[in-house]
Amino acid sequence: MKKFVAAGVVAALMAGVAPATAATQIDFWHAFTGRLGELLDEQVSKFNESQDEYTVVATNKGNYSETLNAGIAAFRAGEQPDILQVFEVGTATMMGAKGAIKPVYEVMAESGLPFDQSAYLAAVAGYYTTTDGQMLSLPYNSSTPVLYVNRDALEAAGLDPDMDLSTWDKVGTALDALKESGHKCPLTTAWQSWVHLENLSAYHNVPFATKENGFAGVDTELSLNGDVQVKHIDTLGQWAKDGKFIYSGRRNEGGAPFRAGECALFTESSAGYAGVKNEATFDFDIRPLPYWSGVEGAPQNTIIGGASLWVMQGQTEEEYKGVAAFFNFLSSSEIQAKWHQDTGYLPITMAAYEETKASGYYDENPGTDIAIIQMTGKAPTANSKGLRLGSFDQIRGIIDEELEGVWNGSKSAQEALDSAAERGNELLRRFEQANR
Amino acid sequence: MEKRVVFDNRWLPYLLVAPQLLVTFVFFFWPAGQAIYQSAFIPDPFGLKTQFVGLGNFEYLFGNRYYRESFLTTAVFSVLVTVSAMSFALWLAVLADRVIKGSSAYRTLLIWPYAVAPAIAGVLWLFMFNPFTGIIAWMLAQLGYTWNHTLDGGQAMALVVAASAWKQISYNFLFFLAGLQAIPKSVIEAAAIDGASFWRRFWTIVFPLLSPTTFFLLVVNIIYAFFDTFGVIHTITKGGPEQSTTILVYKVFSDGFVGQDLGSSAAQSVILLGLVGVLTVVQFRFIERRVHY
Repeated sequence: MKKFVAAGVVAALMAGVAPATAATQIDFWHAFTGRLGELLDEQVSKFNESQDEYTVVATNKGNYSETLNAGIAAFRAGEQPDILQVFEVGTATMMGAKGAIKPVYEVMAESGLPFDQSAYLAAVAGYYTTTDGQMLSLPYNSSTPVLYVNRDALEAAGLDPDMDLSTWDKVGTALDALKESGHKCPLTTAWQSWVHLENLSAYHNVPFATKENGFAGVDTELSLNGDVQVKHIDTLGQWAKDGKFIYSGRRNEGGAPFRAGECALFTESSAGYAGVKNEATFDFDIRPLPYWSGVEGAPQNTIIGGASLWVMQGQTEEEYKGVAAFFNFLSSSEIQAKWHQDTGYLPITMAAYEETKASGYYDENPGTDIAIIQMTGKAPTANSKGLRLGSFDQIRGIIDEELEGVWNGSKSAQEALDSAAERGNELLRRFEQANR
Repeated sequence: MEKRVVFDNRWLPYLLVAPQLLVTFVFFFWPAGQAIYQSAFIPDPFGLKTQFVGLGNFEYLFGNRYYRESFLTTAVFSVLVTVSAMSFALWLAVLADRVIKGSSAYRTLLIWPYAVAPAIAGVLWLFMFNPFTGIIAWMLAQLGYTWNHTLDGGQAMALVVAASAWKQISYNFLFFLAGLQAIPKSVIEAAAIDGASFWRRFWTIVFPLLSPTTFFLLVVNIIYAFFDTFGVIHTITKGGPEQSTTILVYKVFSDGFVGQDLGSSAAQSVILLGLVGVLTVVQFRFIERRVHY
């Protein structure tokens, strides 16, 4: 009983003391669970300990789609958080909502904190900036597709595990040898639309959609049925027919068989590195994403996937200052370098990349810098800056459906891509109408 | 002699039904009204601006081949789920009704799947049929049959039907069993003495006497197949491949919550509302006539 009283007194005292140091609360809704969620919480508590003016409260709201929906519903009810994590395909939706978001460049400018947009990796930040270079949301977790190679499988098929796999022609030769040696799964992929159409287009400097891939206006139309794309999908379709390319699903279902050693080659996000490193009991390599050698300008640069942090409208000035301080903290090279090394996501600043390089991390973990080199090798063009298309989550669903038609042999590559463009354009027109 | 309770107070009956009316209004009429209202607009997701389009959303929907095909998909899916869930449950109930030893154990086990949430049921079936790691997919491969529901629309449909029906069998079983036990034994025994075989007794006596239960379950199962199977489809196929398992209610979700196209989503809800209304009227007008109470 005495203990209770004592505890009560302490609690009362603490409650009485609290308002004196009351920190401004910054709400941060995100879509990370598991290991990524832990790493995010670690960043947040580091920030909270580093100063006493602001307290960031991070809350998981489900997966990416659910988090976006939670943010939208909350905004409609006037209960929106300060910061909302939105996946890259939701970028156009957020941009279109001018009255719902507060651009990051504005938040930073008003806070008076130093903010140098050129410190950010252009290939990463470019996805989230306006055509005149103003940053709208802060890139948070970004990755780009690379090729994972099971060296043991190549060796078993009588191939040199160090063989050149930089172009799809060379990959084709390797697939032939693997197939001949009786390999069950020579090649599989994750995120087919992202890797084999969106990135393919950027990498070969051809448009995925008109109007600079949607950056220059909502009256954009899909142009993913061009020659390069048709050739690539047609080749993959042929490989699927011959049992050289195994389709495993729309998301990253291909990861499990690759990590179990069942698949020889695997195109997947650079952020898949941690998982492969953890589970693979075979020798593996990371290689740049292959390209078609005959295409002029290829390889250009690949584009990112992942999410960025959006600041919501309707908060107090004090909260925006806190958001700016938190963003400043997240962009520091120490935090970014750690994030990059822990997760396999790209660092968002050049300084973080340099720091990681200096620490010798890339020498100890060969291949982890390939994603950055692949993205920053050339200055992004209008075709390789990124994509900004409305209803893009659903358009990806349509593309997935059409590609499945190619993999099961019911459609030719040209038919499938024409149909994907036509159906996708219908959704783009709906989006244009809603965002006029 | 008829017994009747008569209320003197004119307002008391209204007061007594008021809570129920209130619940119906708040949770049914109000949202349904909202859906009808919203179906005439194209709003942006954040509700910042909206445009009146009249019947434009409906025009857009019916002009879309995939939406029209979705009706057929829904019909096929609902019929398959209802028929397989009900016939299998009836068969099990007839068997369980005849079991003497350990019948309560059988019954309990048969009722279990009903406690599984649709999404979980979906994941369970997905594990078994995963083209790469699923045990049943592996067994089928041993028999020389390639299972890949991510590419084969027919297999995908079969899988979502099986998962949805499996879950509903328990519920149907429970009602069929209760229905069977309510049939007076004397009628069946009399027929048996007259020399009627088991099947003849079943079709001429048991089945007609069971018709109120069957009718009730028919209505419930169709509504289940239309609305509650969403979780199964979401976890197993996400409506694919090539929209072969996109039923109407799944499209409402995917347009509304994935595409953020609330106008189209609202219009689809209105269509669905009308469709289920018509279906229920048809069931009560035409099928119920054949039910013996």
